[in-house]
Amino acid sequence: MAERHVQLHVPEPSARPGEIPDFSHLVVPPVHDARRPPVEAEAHSTYDLATTLIRVLDDDGRAGGEWDPGLDAATLKTALRHMIITRLLEEQFMLLQRQGKAAFAIRSLGEEAVSVSSAMAVGATSPGYGPGLDMHFPTYRQAGLLVSNGHSLFEMTCQVLSNSGDRLDGAQLPGLHSVPECGFFSISGNLGTQIIQAVGWAMAGAIENKRIVALAWTGEGATAENDFHSGLVFASVYQPPVILNVVNNQWAISSFQGIAGGGDTSFAQRGIGYSLPTLRVDGNDLLAGYAATTWATERARSGHGPTLIEWVTYRAASHSSSDDPTKYRPADAAAAWPLGDPVKRLSQHLIVTGSATETTLAELHEACRSEVMDVIDQAENLGTINSGPKASPVEMFRHVYAEMPPHLIEQRQELGY
Amino acid sequence: MSERPQTGSSTRRTMIEAIRDALAVMMARDDRVVSFGEDAGYFGGVFRCTEGLQQEFGPHRSFDTPISESGIVGAAVGMAAYGLRPVAEIQFADYMYPGYDQIVSEAARLRSRSAGGFTAPLVIRMPVGGGIRGGQTHSQSPEALLTHVAGLKTVIPSNPVDAKGLLIAAIEDPDPVIFLEPKRLYNGPFDGRPDQPVQPWSNHALGDVPDGYYTIPLGKASIVRPGEDLTVLAYGTLTFIAEAAVEETGIDAEIIDLRTLLPLDVDTIVASVRKTGRCVIAHEATRTSGFGAELSAQVQERCFDFLEAPIQRVTGFDTPYPVGLEWIYFPGPKRVGDGMKKAMAY
Ligand SMILES: Cc1ncc(C[n+]2csc(CCOP(=O)(O)OP(=O)(O)O)c2C)c(N)n1
Repeated sequence: MAERHVQLHVPEPSARPGEIPDFSHLVVPPVHDARRPPVEAEAHSTYDLATTLIRVLDDDGRAGGEWDPGLDAATLKTALRHMIITRLLEEQFMLLQRQGKAAFAIRSLGEEAVSVSSAMAVGATSPGYGPGLDMHFPTYRQAGLLVSNGHSLFEMTCQVLSNSGDRLDGAQLPGLHSVPECGFFSISGNLGTQIIQAVGWAMAGAIENKRIVALAWTGEGATAENDFHSGLVFASVYQPPVILNVVNNQWAISSFQGIAGGGDTSFAQRGIGYSLPTLRVDGNDLLAGYAATTWATERARSGHGPTLIEWVTYRAASHSSSDDPTKYRPADAAAAWPLGDPVKRLSQHLIVTGSATETTLAELHEACRSEVMDVIDQAENLGTINSGPKASPVEMFRHVYAEMPPHLIEQRQELGY
Repeated sequence: MSERPQTGSSTRRTMIEAIRDALAVMMARDDRVVSFGEDAGYFGGVFRCTEGLQQEFGPHRSFDTPISESGIVGAAVGMAAYGLRPVAEIQFADYMYPGYDQIVSEAARLRSRSAGGFTAPLVIRMPVGGGIRGGQTHSQSPEALLTHVAGLKTVIPSNPVDAKGLLIAAIEDPDPVIFLEPKRLYNGPFDGRPDQPVQPWSNHALGDVPDGYYTIPLGKASIVRPGEDLTVLAYGTLTFIAEAAVEETGIDAEIIDLRTLLPLDVDTIVASVRKTGRCVIAHEATRTSGFGAELSAQVQERCFDFLEAPIQRVTGFDTPYPVGLEWIYFPGPKRVGDGMKKAMAY
């Protein structure tokens, strides 16, 4: 046996600032590679799907393979519209933050297909919320779920501006929405904590024999938290109708996925380790994401239990308004990402299938832009973090308990309200 | 006045730079000192407190960790027990809770449950406090959750000179030390007026940080402003808010910056309150069971015969820290000043 130096192994990404982006470690198989097993497949029979990459759109924008969901052109155009709206809206949010009108901003640039395809596959949730309903437990990177599920863009903007139209009364950071009627759970801000909560929601559905699905969301970075592992082991033990979504956008602020333990394995393989059926999917391919989520949703609703999905994508923008990615990765890394851009890929597909032209796509972009700009203007009329109307200080005390206890009444009065 | 350690030359530094300098000084002096945390290696931390350490000392001494606070603290316990001097960074104190079990049940109690057979001489650094529009997950002041735990020491500097000296003392301390960094003070003192531009540390005497090695002992408070009318007990950001309140009210307050919450410098507190006969306690954390309650009890127990007014507490409200109403929540100079006036009214 050859002796090796005992030393601390600290993983390093393939390229740092000033170096040429190198994604040669990402194997991109042809679209016909991944088989689509029946939804009642046993966990161990999905081993191959945890290491490959489920793809539907090839490099030329043509759909193919067993996973092609065969969506019609109208549905695809709606999906494209939702991705574009999400992108433009979040771009404006970042601008508002730069202008001092929002406390914080965060974007899903380059990852829009993930949440949009998932929301479409699960289907719009019923109005209202409560027992017997589906629920997403998202992170700050899934605004596309709200756009797809028809939440008001105006309300989203008011939340980001922390103004008088914010239904959360300025209690939460911009982007940490809570929209019960869209099946969108209150985002905590503490990483990892809500994966197991989604499993708990699904367990509740199973206890009541409901055909629901709960969806956990996490970045690959936060899979290092203990709560992720709690989520997987509970899902594995109780087999509730939950989809565990791991969005591997390669970066957790400045740490590449190797620091989360993704070096020589896929995050999908974590699922296999817990005996969960697992799919690893091209996250920038809307059709593949839709197909994978449809598979997992059918499985959950028909009583066959949980699925783990790893979405392989790339965080094309900064982590948030507080971050400068040029400090830790090549500035042009996103452009070199082998899976391309989700908006461009779906646009190309619509063009090659004759469902759209450059002109109609440009018109779509323009329509989305003016819709977003109108929303921003209207929302600013209700104030910003810096100026104009805001929630009353009373609101700070109001929702801490169902009924305000005496000590809070006293503190509120101390403040003069 | 805060005593100035004499080491010869000095350099103007922000609190961030002072903390980084303390780490660099100790990593150069002592091979056992290692620094790690989320984004704290290559990038140097989201507040840049560990910037350059990996480049200077190598990735085995300064490295990124997975996003797992329990992992960070648990690994630090193991390293410290082995004989290293780990300095772990929790990105925001608001995120310490997954690591809280390792702090409370493990780091704090290792010495006592092994009758001194094993120890955990580690430091856990974490930014605390609000005033940066961070909302409920980037603004908390959980010091009372730490001072309530037997076996921990809890330190909270309010300026660059103290931050460096206290951090070096914390690294050398044989017990686990929680090192709280008031993030609103990282780049300059803060008088509670968010609409005014930040005053940089370079304009402040305590931004002139001695070079090289020096310590400021744990467990010693600093009288930042001597006065006769009343005593203000504060720490971190509220030290400067108290100074602003003195300016606004004209009350001749003696302001004590506690610097270490545990062990507490009871002697300095008692001497001051016996002199002034009045006491205002100010902190940003929520009020109920906050550290102010402990301070109030200490003062009442030891200074009862000297008190001329009820002890006043000015604190954050018992609600989560809001984004939109941040400056309503924050106990600024007006509220601290009102507390002082109330104490004087008796
Ligand atoms: C418990 C906890 N620890 C640390 C943080 C600080 N933090 C916020 S986002 C982030 C990176 C998350 O990366 P990842 O899970 O990969 O998701 P992404 O941001 O890439 O979508 C960190 C460390 C936090 N919010 N919560």
